[in-house]
Amino acid sequence: MAKEIIRLENIRRTFKVGNEEVHALRGVTFSIEEGQFVTIMGTSGSGKSTLLNLLGCLDTPSSGEYYLDGISVRTMGKNERATLRNRKIGFVFQNYNLLPKTTALENVMLPLLYNNKVSSKEREHRSIEALAHVGLSDRMYHKSNQMSGGQQQRVAIARALVNDPVIILADEATGNLDTRTSYSILVLFQELYKKGRTIIFVTHNPELAQFSSRNIVLRDGKIIADELNNNIKSAKEVYDNLPTEND
Amino acid sequence: MNFINLLKIAVKALSNNKLRGFLTMLGIIIGVASVITMLAIGQGSKESIRAQISEMGSNMIMIMPGTHERGGVRQSAESMQTLKETDYKSILNNANFVSAVSPIMQSSGQYINGANNYPSSMHGVSPEYLEIRKLKIDKGAMFTERDINSSAKVCVVGKTIIDNLFPGDDNPIGKVIRFNKVPFTIVGTLQSKGYNSMGQDQDDVVLAPYTTVMKRVLAIDYIQSIFASALSEEKTEEAIDEITEILRTNHKLRESDEDNFTIRSQQELSNMISSTSDMMTILLACIAGISLLVGGIGIMNIMYVSVTERTREIGLRMSIGARGIDILSQFLIESVIISITGGIIGVLLGCGMAVIVKFILQWPISIQAYSVILSFLVCTITGIFFGWYPAKKASNLDPIEALRYE
Repeated sequence: MAKEIIRLENIRRTFKVGNEEVHALRGVTFSIEEGQFVTIMGTSGSGKSTLLNLLGCLDTPSSGEYYLDGISVRTMGKNERATLRNRKIGFVFQNYNLLPKTTALENVMLPLLYNNKVSSKEREHRSIEALAHVGLSDRMYHKSNQMSGGQQQRVAIARALVNDPVIILADEATGNLDTRTSYSILVLFQELYKKGRTIIFVTHNPELAQFSSRNIVLRDGKIIADELNNNIKSAKEVYDNLPTEND
Repeated sequence: MNFINLLKIAVKALSNNKLRGFLTMLGIIIGVASVITMLAIGQGSKESIRAQISEMGSNMIMIMPGTHERGGVRQSAESMQTLKETDYKSILNNANFVSAVSPIMQSSGQYINGANNYPSSMHGVSPEYLEIRKLKIDKGAMFTERDINSSAKVCVVGKTIIDNLFPGDDNPIGKVIRFNKVPFTIVGTLQSKGYNSMGQDQDDVVLAPYTTVMKRVLAIDYIQSIFASALSEEKTEEAIDEITEILRTNHKLRESDEDNFTIRSQQELSNMISSTSDMMTILLACIAGISLLVGGIGIMNIMYVSVTERTREIGLRMSIGARGIDILSQFLIESVIISITGGIIGVLLGCGMAVIVKFILQWPISIQAYSVILSFLVCTITGIFFGWYPAKKASNLDPIEALRYE
């Protein structure tokens, strides 16, 4: 049995909007083991963003317990959660969220700048390595606004990898990209999965489910489906079979 | 959080927006530069006034006839005849704290030498007057005690008089000039002193024995005023007390009577002028201080806009592990860097401007170390104070909201 990275126990999250209480999550329970590639799917309003914020320790549940790598997050303060994010989580956002006018290398270094234990030498070494992982060794000193969307997302993935997190949280990571580039990013995620990384991929696109090892479907703040996918489709094959643009 | 890392982050963020950073600094630069220049000018003029006063003779004491009531009517000082020649002689013979004393008899009129004439005044003095006013003989000699005793018609003239009465001739010794129809033989000339701080021509002067002026020119039997020099500047107070005592005895004033003369020293004048220029300095410093304040508000303004503009960036930093204190420190460091850099440029600019003022306008300046340190300190405090609120705002952002901010 693989190590348990995430365990949610009857998580509820309610928001107050004016005088009304909105129940975004109504008792969600599941656990994720090391090395899984999980897609969390749901239409808008299903609570998947709320779930992502909770998983990413950006938010705390109204009730229920959340253990990240064996640590209870519910009672943690803001600063403790910030440090936890820094050490255990890698974020990949839909709109990349790179610092403008900043080189790829500096963007990747950023999480390590907030970690005292990493020396500047190690910081640079690890950042260069992370960029090599995503195939951008030749773009290290390009500024973020000089790169294509796909390259920017690769930089963002390198940034998510650089602190060696226990889990990578991707929020619609392919949402802003064209089909071809989306698949190239998916190929990258599958490569990471094969290397044993734990990945949670939040999306509203049901097509992407066939590329992951496990699918969780949310509706109205509850899990309506949670199944393992034993027949993982290779993103590389799809990518190779895509017609190349000839213009 | 490592301070060096934070510094790197802040410097990086600032260098992404160099022009804006510079414009923000501008307020601080102008503020600091004006504080330093204003204080340098204020202090410089004060020091130059001090120097000029002491050049005039800082231990000089002036004795004038005092206002006096006659039948209930207060008389003007000029019309008073309370100072006599005996008063001068008593001070000359009895005062221990006085190094030199001379009466001053003033008469104005027209000087004539052949076809040239020039309006000026004549000072009736004793030879000790040279010592009191720090005057020096250029050519010839000062008139003597014998000239005074005999009320001789001799005089010593200044450069302006020579220029006007003897154009093209710089040695008028032995020549005769007429003053209000009285002929005077020139026995000496004075070294040129130029203009004093009040803009008066110190060379427009003719000195003659006071007895001559008193009897032959003015035809009066009292003395208009007496000038004296204390042994030193510190002894001025003692000298004044002593002279007061002598004059009160001479005038047979009773314990209850007011002085019927007035004694003034340069020290009072010096204090008065420097207190005026102190006030000017404070005024200038206030104006400059206000511009520094405006500069500080400029920093707050820009930092505030910058926080709003960089909301997404703040959200990202928080999501990858920056704590509230890290964000707060980053923005505080940014505003302190802006204000300190602005302060340094301002100090250099202020010193530069002071030097330019010195060379172009020929104003006396004196750059004050305290003004440099003070404005530097104020800058740093301004940076922290005005950077605090925007930085606090940034650190309190909710990462979820901040990431979603458009």
